[in-house]
Amino acid sequence: MTVRIFLPRDSSALALGAEKVRKAIVSEAQRLGVPVEIVRTGSRGMFWLEPLVEVDTPAGRAGYGPVRETDVPGLFASGFHLGSTRHPLSLGLVDQLPYMKRQERLTFARNGVVDPLSLSDYLRHDGYRGLRAALAMPPAAIVETVTHSGLRGRGGAAFPTGVKWKTVLDTNADRKYVVCNADEGDSGTFADRLVMEGDPFSLIEGMTIAAMAVSATKGYLYVRSEYPHAMATLEAAIQTARHAGYLGDDILGSGKQFDLEVRKGAGAYICGEETALLESLEGNRGIVRARPPLPAVHGLFNQPTIVNNVLSFTSVPVILHRGADFYRDFGMGRSRGTIAIQLAGNIKHGGLIEKAFGVTLREVLYEYGGGTASGRPIKAVQVGGPLGAYLPESRWDTPLDYEAFSAIGAVLGHGGIVVHDDSANLGRLARYAMEFCAIESCGKCTPCRIGSTRGVEVIDKIIGSNGSNGSNGSMQQIQLLRDLCDTMVHGSLCAMGSMTPLPVLSALDHFPDDFRRDDSGRDMERRMP
Amino acid sequence: MDSRLPCTVADPVAKTVVRIAADKSAIPGGLVPALHAVQEALGWIPPEAVPAIAGAFNRSRAEVHGVVSFYHDFRTTPPAQHQLRICRAEACQSMGADGVLAEAERILGCRMHEQTADGSMSLEPVYCLGQCAVAPALTVDERLWVRVTPDRIAEILDQARQETL
Repeated sequence: MTVRIFLPRDSSALALGAEKVRKAIVSEAQRLGVPVEIVRTGSRGMFWLEPLVEVDTPAGRAGYGPVRETDVPGLFASGFHLGSTRHPLSLGLVDQLPYMKRQERLTFARNGVVDPLSLSDYLRHDGYRGLRAALAMPPAAIVETVTHSGLRGRGGAAFPTGVKWKTVLDTNADRKYVVCNADEGDSGTFADRLVMEGDPFSLIEGMTIAAMAVSATKGYLYVRSEYPHAMATLEAAIQTARHAGYLGDDILGSGKQFDLEVRKGAGAYICGEETALLESLEGNRGIVRARPPLPAVHGLFNQPTIVNNVLSFTSVPVILHRGADFYRDFGMGRSRGTIAIQLAGNIKHGGLIEKAFGVTLREVLYEYGGGTASGRPIKAVQVGGPLGAYLPESRWDTPLDYEAFSAIGAVLGHGGIVVHDDSANLGRLARYAMEFCAIESCGKCTPCRIGSTRGVEVIDKIIGSNGSNGSNGSMQQIQLLRDLCDTMVHGSLCAMGSMTPLPVLSALDHFPDDFRRDDSGRDMERRMP
Repeated sequence: MDSRLPCTVADPVAKTVVRIAADKSAIPGGLVPALHAVQEALGWIPPEAVPAIAGAFNRSRAEVHGVVSFYHDFRTTPPAQHQLRICRAEACQSMGADGVLAEAERILGCRMHEQTADGSMSLEPVYCLGQCAVAPALTVDERLWVRVTPDRIAEILDQARQETL
């Protein structure tokens, strides 16, 4: 009987040698005369186990990982293809691994399970049930369902998705657009990439439902150029969907029209801000627009436009399929549903954890993450990307909930978490936050454009100044830094300028010792472009 | 539209640019795709491409120059044979990206935003490759490397150079 073996084709797994493993499996199977079928999947999101090889058994999928090509003969010798768990790399049933078992995977249910480019796999795993439900509903009812689900923008801003859609629905125009913000530029985030590489049809379905909800006919996926693999997977999936009648002039015989186009970003972080993204799509510099007018009213090419993050769209099919109540039953407070926690940086078990809102940061760091990769104590955790606060241990009992994070002066954002061990210097990281803002600012607002450069200089004076701590000079510079941050917060149009102070000031407030003289400061100055 | 194009140009570079500009100016918001296409074809965006593109898109040269210079991806000088891009973002920093960068600078004998004296390799920063759970990450041309340590840089660079031979 043919053995079904599952092997990821996700870019992380490929970088870790998945292709070599595939070749080794093929050649060893041939040598032994074992008929095998290798199904390429996305990643489950347990990166310390990649490449993760799974074998179909009557009990479920048995996992082995991390597998290197040199492990393959041994795996066959141990009888892994017959379901034996004797090999040291054997993990048991993948669904039963504590990391997986304790998750609530709604939007990532298929990731790592299905072949991302197989439409029939997608359909077998509840794919397109959401769209079929949506097609049977009037547009206003689709919007109402999304509103009732409590879904908030997963890109970080957490704006209620249904409210945005309703604005677009209620705005009269000949042409409306649906735009997916797949410019996942924040360090510590990779969930959008995982979906695009591992379950692209769910994104296509989510965008199609959005289009049906507001009668849009054209959609764009703005994907960052750093994600060539995701882009290729999406392009292929879009073609398949089009051929099968899920996109095009007559979606599933409904007479409704919608089609998608992938557009490649060009390495500008600011294009993750929705108005800069629209400018870029229009063929301009990615300069942030003042709001109002909202993109929902005057968006792409001045038409009403839904702009949502990848994960906001991929949350929609399950909401339409299982119902708004099903989705909103997950979560806490005003944070309904699930969040795709992305655990990254210096962490032993980094990866994707989809959980209902409400799990604490400490649980994530230790029960899932298992502490640092380096084995040293965790010193600081940055949640929500480069514009998120650095949190010391005293804040780790905060539940992952938008409001709970605001209450401690932090942001939950998209749920990206970057862990730093005790070798990290928060003064340097604060400097980096300002430096990054200087490099990536679109230049529209003076506090962001110039303030960030001044911020680097001031921090250099603080951490490079010869004054011992508490000296007058240093105290003055720290006051200057706080004033500067205040100006940036209140004088910038978008999050780039107004939130860069968040990592800077949280580092300063929670780790003041790191803002004393740093002997490697000279080296950092050299790196400034 | 066509009357604005320098249609008598003979050299292949100009021909390529004119063809791409005509093609992409037909799609809404086609300027960024056009610049990507020019760079893919030529390796960079030569200064003489700007007027041709501006003509096709009915935009001023200044506007096109503005777009080219705004985006980090677009090169206005010829590329090195290979591009090494090292992620400098927080997650990679937490796993030692600074050390990786320092070692690359040492081996290549050039700094960030520069290229080696023989033009074989350029060194650029990149801000996140989405490999934050397997950091630090870098790319050499299209190839992605993760969990990179300074002692692997020499081998990674050798491999890229050998692949061209």
